[in-house]
Amino acid sequence: MAVNTTTDILTPAGSGIGTRLSGVYRAFRRWPVIPVILLGLVVFAGIAAPWISPHDPDKQSLPERKLPPFWYDAKTESVTQTVVQRVLPGQDDQISLADAQAINPDIQIGESLEVEDVLREGGSSKFWLGTDQLGRDILSRIIYGARISLLAAAVTLGVGGSIGVLLGLVAGWYGGVVDEAIMRFVDILLAIPLVLIALAMVATLGQSLTIIVAVLTIFIWPRFARQLRGEVLQLKNMDFVALARVAGASVPRILFVHIFPGTINTLIVVATLQVGIVILLEATLSFLGAGVPPPTATWGGMVSDGRNHLAGGFETGSWWISTFPGVAIVLTVMSLNLFGDWLRDKLDPRLRQIE
Amino acid sequence: MQRYLVRRLLLAIVTLLAVSLIIFILSRSAGDPVSLMLDEYSTQEDIDRMMAKLGTDKPYYQQYFIFLRDALRGDFGMSIKEGRPVTDVILERTPATLYLGVTSFVVSLLVGIPLGILSSIKRGSLIDQAGKIVALLGQSAPPFWLGIMLIIFFAVSIELFPPYGRDDWNSIVLPAVTLGWYYAAANLRLVRSAMLDVLDSEYIKLARAKGVPYWGIVMRHAFRNALIPPLTFAGVTLGALVTGSLVVETVFAWPGLGHLAISALYAFDYPLLQGVVVVFTLLYVLVAFAVDVLYAYIDPRIRYA
Repeated sequence: MAVNTTTDILTPAGSGIGTRLSGVYRAFRRWPVIPVILLGLVVFAGIAAPWISPHDPDKQSLPERKLPPFWYDAKTESVTQTVVQRVLPGQDDQISLADAQAINPDIQIGESLEVEDVLREGGSSKFWLGTDQLGRDILSRIIYGARISLLAAAVTLGVGGSIGVLLGLVAGWYGGVVDEAIMRFVDILLAIPLVLIALAMVATLGQSLTIIVAVLTIFIWPRFARQLRGEVLQLKNMDFVALARVAGASVPRILFVHIFPGTINTLIVVATLQVGIVILLEATLSFLGAGVPPPTATWGGMVSDGRNHLAGGFETGSWWISTFPGVAIVLTVMSLNLFGDWLRDKLDPRLRQIE
Repeated sequence: MQRYLVRRLLLAIVTLLAVSLIIFILSRSAGDPVSLMLDEYSTQEDIDRMMAKLGTDKPYYQQYFIFLRDALRGDFGMSIKEGRPVTDVILERTPATLYLGVTSFVVSLLVGIPLGILSSIKRGSLIDQAGKIVALLGQSAPPFWLGIMLIIFFAVSIELFPPYGRDDWNSIVLPAVTLGWYYAAANLRLVRSAMLDVLDSEYIKLARAKGVPYWGIVMRHAFRNALIPPLTFAGVTLGALVTGSLVVETVFAWPGLGHLAISALYAFDYPLLQGVVVVFTLLYVLVAFAVDVLYAYIDPRIRYA
């Protein structure tokens, strides 16, 4: 890191922990091992889902509903109950004669009995991250959910990126009316509140992966177009472009053979950072019920599934249903952001805005 | 300056028109509203009368102009679900959304700007690291998940704040923190990097050499100039707070426009959904335009560009 004179004047020496942490942080910045490993895991999970997921992601099992993650012990409470003929509703301190005799055959009405009351079942290695409200394995659903996120991101960026690159090249090269028309269109698309319109579109056109990807593509390409246009404006006045023109190269040839390769670094950086945005958008739509329809496992949809099972908190609530898919989203997007920042510093320091 | 403002204003108007057109096309492709409102016993006469009443007997372009004219008058028709004018329902819900939006905005400034300043002047310190974590989490965690996590910790487990609704004075806390977090993160990053740039400039060194006290430099010289990028971003922020409220209001059952939009969506209440989308877009575009004006006023480079 370059020695910064201002820092020397104005920055008091960092505290011990801070310095050590910043060393770790700098190491990640220099070679982002953890983000790359995490991203590798997500991609692997998405591709290999049928072979690595421990259960069928859509298989419901009502007796195995809301089982906690593996580290949970069963939690029981010893209560003294009075044996009666029939338990009246709401009488927690009573037990019916039939139930009591199943435990102790000699027991009579009126006597009291120590009973283990199961407050919460324990977790097991059968369901590592527990099960949801329908008894589906959360880990398997997260693994399959990676597929939807990756597929949405890949197609959106592939199609949207291509459209954006093409229009960005054209706008930057021709300038004038063409540029105005394309860029004003870009301005309008960027000024529209995306999620809201996407929601309305999905609501009327129907819920399917295709429609969601189409909607996301419409809103992603302008970001590429704007960036590419800026690049072309800089590159088109370079000598090598003038030489290509003199040599008689056609416009498509100049654009794709001479100018486009010069924009690839920028493009990779923009794409990496946009992947995170697309994954977040897809998850948001799924969460709002406008994504890929159930029972298909999506990270956003899974977070939504757990919303009504929070009561009881960490003690007796099923917090894991919403939490783990969200952790998957956070780790993926965070890795993409860190990796994107790193790429930006490596490939295109001009784009670098923030240390 | 004028040329710039006229351009921004035109963009705002065209954006609104584009959204209204999208909404119009969507609402017409969603199916015939007449068939939704009448049953199988209706006669052809009933159908004709209903079509005339709703205006669906006219060509599409005329219908669009009628839709636009009515929207300009603030008339979005009747809500199917509520059975009363869409405008009334929307007006009723708007204050809650504005309250949430403004509070979140204040949260994002109160958290983002001080943390940004401290991070920049104590670079590499513990507070800088904490700031980085806040920023990274804010950029990576989807608000709907963050909201649920806050509910689990602060509403269900320790019962400090209500988990949903707007019944108590402290109901606003969790939604505002959820919504404000992302923008706090963005403000933090912007202020920090702008401060670092400014602190590195010649005039700060001059002030330093003149013997201006440390905090005087930070606040009077550095901070003022470092405010421009976050201010620019405030336009995006306020606008996107509108969209963010869609998710956050759903998570916390906050009785605002976002919540209204989602329930209209589930109830197939298209007139209501159309109205909310148009009003939301209007808010979004107005705020963006207001910030453009403010920005041009503050930064002379924009004014004379």
